[in-house]
Amino acid sequence: MAGLTLNHFLVLGLILFLLGGYCVLARRNAIGILLGIELILNAANINYVAFSFYGGQAAKYDGQVFAIFVIMLAAAEAVIGLAIVLAIYQNLRTIDVSATESLSG
Amino acid sequence: MGPLITFYALALLAIVSAAITAFSRNIVHSAFALFGALAGVAGIYVLLGADFLFIIQIFIYIGGILVVTIFAVMLTQGIADVNVSNRAVGVLPALVTAGVAGGVMFYAIIHSSWYHARPGSATPTTYWIGDAFLGPYVLPFEVASLVLLAALIGAIVISRQEVRE
Repeated sequence: MAGLTLNHFLVLGLILFLLGGYCVLARRNAIGILLGIELILNAANINYVAFSFYGGQAAKYDGQVFAIFVIMLAAAEAVIGLAIVLAIYQNLRTIDVSATESLSG
Repeated sequence: MGPLITFYALALLAIVSAAITAFSRNIVHSAFALFGALAGVAGIYVLLGADFLFIIQIFIYIGGILVVTIFAVMLTQGIADVNVSNRAVGVLPALVTAGVAGGVMFYAIIHSSWYHARPGSATPTTYWIGDAFLGPYVLPFEVASLVLLAALIGAIVISRQEVRE
């Protein structure tokens, strides 16, 4: 693996994280926000696997195990999030997060 | 030289797709561009010697989460007016926040002296991951099944149509 270092993967994870963060901050569509969260979780997973790959023998698979847990939680989060989005859509006929303010009094 | 070229190709695929996801004004384009980002990340896993994670990423993310997401897009948007379906507000504050956070993190990445072992050759990982799940990680593994069950029931309860007599 000549030439490839840990920093390559960390910077790639950083870029994906920032794009996901921008997506979460700027979107008004609730599904768009969920897509941004998926990007953020993928960025975190890249870091986990990269650290585990470059971390030596002691913790060789721990990072991958954590990444699997993250993927599992991402699946649960996506299912619940999309169910909530569909419930909001059934009630309000919109998924614009700035229009769903019936709790704000 | 080969791994470096592969890395840059996969990184380009992931970053361009993620940028389309983040900046597209059409939610359908965003959802489909996420496919490229997830596939790029899956390739990065292969580069890092994580063969099991690669297949998990393809199965669960692309085969599961992405399909569910596209289902939700189709169910909630009138396909006719998708062109204004993904408006962005507060672009400037979001860009500033992301830029500042990115600058700080980039500085931290570049100036940290990471522990950097020479990576061994990539070997099959499934045996050791299974070993870890039934060894030191058995409790989180069991709790994970509870979380998934709760998510399953919760999704059904939240999204069902109530029938009032």
